Amino acid sequence: MKYIPTIGLELHCELNTKSKVFSKAINHYNEIPNSHIAPLDMAYPGTLPVVNKEAVHKALKMALALHCEIPKILMFDRKNYYYPDLPKGYQITQMEKPIGINGYLEIILNRQVKKVLIHDIHLEEDTASMDHYDDFSLLDYNRAGVPLVEIVTEPCLHSSDEVIAYLETLRNTFKYCDISDADTKLGQIRCDLNISMQEENVEKLGTKVEIKNINSFANVKNAIDYEIKRQTAALENGKKEEITQETRRYDDETKTTISMRQKSESIDYKYFVEPNIPKIKITEEYITEVQKEVPQLPAARMQKYLLEYNLSEKDAQSLIKDKNISDYFDECVALGINPQLAANWITVNVTGVLNKEDISIKEFYLTPKMLKQIIDKINDKTISSKQAKDIFNQALEEKKEPKEFFTSDNMQISDDKKLKEIIQNILANNPSQVADYKNGKDNLFKYFVGQVMKETKGKANPNITSNILKEELNK
Amino acid sequence: MSKTIESLAQEIQNKKGESIIKEAIAKAKASKEYNFFVTIDENASNDIKTNNLLSGIPFATKDNLSTKGILSTASSNTLKDYVPFFDATVITKLKELGAVNIGKTTMDELGMGGTGTTAATGVVKNPWDKTRITGGSSAGSAGCVASGIVPFALGSDTGDSIRKPAAYCGVVGYKPTYGLVSRYGLFAFASSLDHVGTLTRNVKDAAIVVDAIKGKDDKDMTSLDSSDINLVASLTEKLDNKKLCYIKEICNIEEYANPSEDLKYCLNNFKEVLKKCEQIGIEVEEVSVDKSLLAAIFPTYRIISCAEATSNYSNLTGIIFGPRGQGKTVEDIMMDHRSKGFCSLIKRRFIIGSYILQKENQEKYFKKAQKVRRLIVDKINDLFTKYDGLILPCSGSCAPKIVKIKDQKQDDILENHLAIGNFGGFPSISIPCGFLHNLPIGVNITGKVLDDANVLNIAYNLEKTMNYKNQIAKEQK
Repeated sequence: MKYIPTIGLELHCELNTKSKVFSKAINHYNEIPNSHIAPLDMAYPGTLPVVNKEAVHKALKMALALHCEIPKILMFDRKNYYYPDLPKGYQITQMEKPIGINGYLEIILNRQVKKVLIHDIHLEEDTASMDHYDDFSLLDYNRAGVPLVEIVTEPCLHSSDEVIAYLETLRNTFKYCDISDADTKLGQIRCDLNISMQEENVEKLGTKVEIKNINSFANVKNAIDYEIKRQTAALENGKKEEITQETRRYDDETKTTISMRQKSESIDYKYFVEPNIPKIKITEEYITEVQKEVPQLPAARMQKYLLEYNLSEKDAQSLIKDKNISDYFDECVALGINPQLAANWITVNVTGVLNKEDISIKEFYLTPKMLKQIIDKINDKTISSKQAKDIFNQALEEKKEPKEFFTSDNMQISDDKKLKEIIQNILANNPSQVADYKNGKDNLFKYFVGQVMKETKGKANPNITSNILKEELNK
Repeated sequence: MSKTIESLAQEIQNKKGESIIKEAIAKAKASKEYNFFVTIDENASNDIKTNNLLSGIPFATKDNLSTKGILSTASSNTLKDYVPFFDATVITKLKELGAVNIGKTTMDELGMGGTGTTAATGVVKNPWDKTRITGGSSAGSAGCVASGIVPFALGSDTGDSIRKPAAYCGVVGYKPTYGLVSRYGLFAFASSLDHVGTLTRNVKDAAIVVDAIKGKDDKDMTSLDSSDINLVASLTEKLDNKKLCYIKEICNIEEYANPSEDLKYCLNNFKEVLKKCEQIGIEVEEVSVDKSLLAAIFPTYRIISCAEATSNYSNLTGIIFGPRGQGKTVEDIMMDHRSKGFCSLIKRRFIIGSYILQKENQEKYFKKAQKVRRLIVDKINDLFTKYDGLILPCSGSCAPKIVKIKDQKQDDILENHLAIGNFGGFPSISIPCGFLHNLPIGVNITGKVLDDANVLNIAYNLEKTMNYKNQIAKEQK
């Protein structure tokens, strides 16, 4: 019997706003512990939350990027529980009316487009961070109140590859919309997932197991693969009872999942509407305004690159990873550069310079228009690819437009007439070699090419030279 | 200190007011047996001088308002060592005008209780008779104003916590429209019901103080722009075309099965007040409100306030502020702090609140209470389409004896209707209107949202028909 996994994902991502979501403290927690705190972040009596407009704006932008339905009013709820990292004793989140519901994100896997269904996206605040030691724990409230969006999918994913493709597309989407830096190394993205296994062709989902707080994409993959193995083994061995509705955690050292608590022990968060934040109308005008800021998303670009431009998956991936590079590429194509040529130049030469100099493409001197100057000259065979590379480097070094280097000194000679003249001269001056060639010494062809190159200081177009030479020698 | 703010301001202007602050501090210290104060700031002085009427005027602040550098306990052991590092917006505003906070007043612990008997520092005693309660939770604030220690005190009102003690102490208690005064710095009890307001000895003083403390505050999203409201300027010497209504089911003696003598007296007194209303040109009409709706006021208030309170006070763990509890684990430390810190009434209400918020109970209690709240507010708003306000007696008796508190029935409609003002965020003011057993009783006027000027003006004119304006409490031997 074959078992199919069904996976749903909850992803938390920190927004890159200037200040926290309900206080004026700076949103930047990787500094000295407890240095970015407003009274609210430590729940001092009498403090009140004030909603950060920038956080709402970014959350709304993400909801629109995910094609969500937007509620008519913005409102928040309290999620009540006691934990030392939660100073107020409740988290302000969105339960009743998330900022977006019923959306989707398109992902591409094996050149196939798949829609991942989004149940909802909501805006909430992060907790303080804790460092645990043997007999004490340290609290850092810099993270308390950092804006988070939580994006919840429907249970619609069926392999770890799909999940990873979804996560990578989502991460790119955050970056494309300038909503989050989405850096897993800084803990800006955290995942919970639930997974169940059911027999192939059986509609009813199996028992749902939740795995909480996974902090890297690699571990998400490991956790899923492990759970698939564990649950499949249990089912195949007739030990269905081993799969219970429970919450597990992923253990990085053993690369396994470990049970934390059973469903029956689940916490009642006693949600209710946050009374300190009045309901705020979300107008159509505002939605339209934010919608305009949503750029073309990575999945759509991926589709274009793969299916329209026929690029390799590798090229497409490396173009899309950075929105600015993708924008640069799109501009090149819009200027009329052949997509494959543009992709080659960008993924090899341009990226090489960016990496070497550790700069972003926005700081890169050559604009798509300038790059076109070079590529055009290759296309009309005025310069060789080696020359093109030299001009590319020279232009960068001297911060000048490439066209300034297209002098007669370095231009490739592709003029048929001119080359014919040079070749005829050479042949006339080397009658014995011509005679030998005609008598079967084929390798003398190379000698003639050499002579042409010598005469032109290497600037003769090799293809044209070879064609004319053949023509003249066969006369 | 029996004077009005205006006359005190006059003295200050004539350079005769240097001793006013010192005198208030001395009186506060001398009132120890009544337990009005948690903290008296003996060093309080008028450093900032402005042209405002409040410059140099001493006042007292309920202990659940955050005062920078001054102990703010909300009369709870969970905050017994808490010294805030920021001022509530109302304190900032008063300080900027030159008013001087001379101390923090005792209250029912965390604002819950309504009697003035549950403070961690003991029972607050009524300045007219120290064997009786002041009512609460703004107990010390009502008491110190009634005693003539300060001309005004700040209070907070979640169910009737300003207006009821005002009535029991013979002073004016005013709860403005929800949002008129910022709640930033008020220790939240039930955020959707909490208001900051004033205790004064006359209506005009209430207008002066609220004019000074009201306004949109960037730190409180529920605060409102009221720049077009000027309360003092709205007080007129004559009224025209005002109409009030009273609720038959609350005010008619026939509605009560076995009315006590006290109740009869209070309702008679109320009818006398209505006559005075008519004398000054206020038309008063009787209206009927479904008794089951009125009976729902108390449980509705209890459910919503307990639910919000249990969440709001979850920050009291002793981890960040307040005395650190004992224990091996964080949970033990928090549990110890809360078990030792709260009085039994608080614990009971937190358990009720927590029960109400449980997933399986929310629909049955919390959501239903919110629906009933809406029904009550809709009914009252409906009345306000025809009337300028609702006039009702504050209570069916004078302040009870401290020893008899436990015998008090909690769910009388007459004792709980003031919460209507909190449900709707309506402006509501109680003024003294008579005496029973030599103890003050009060009458309440509640009006529509943001119609504070009208409500105050009616109270201002009604106050003039009676002899209780600016009265100072005296113990009758």
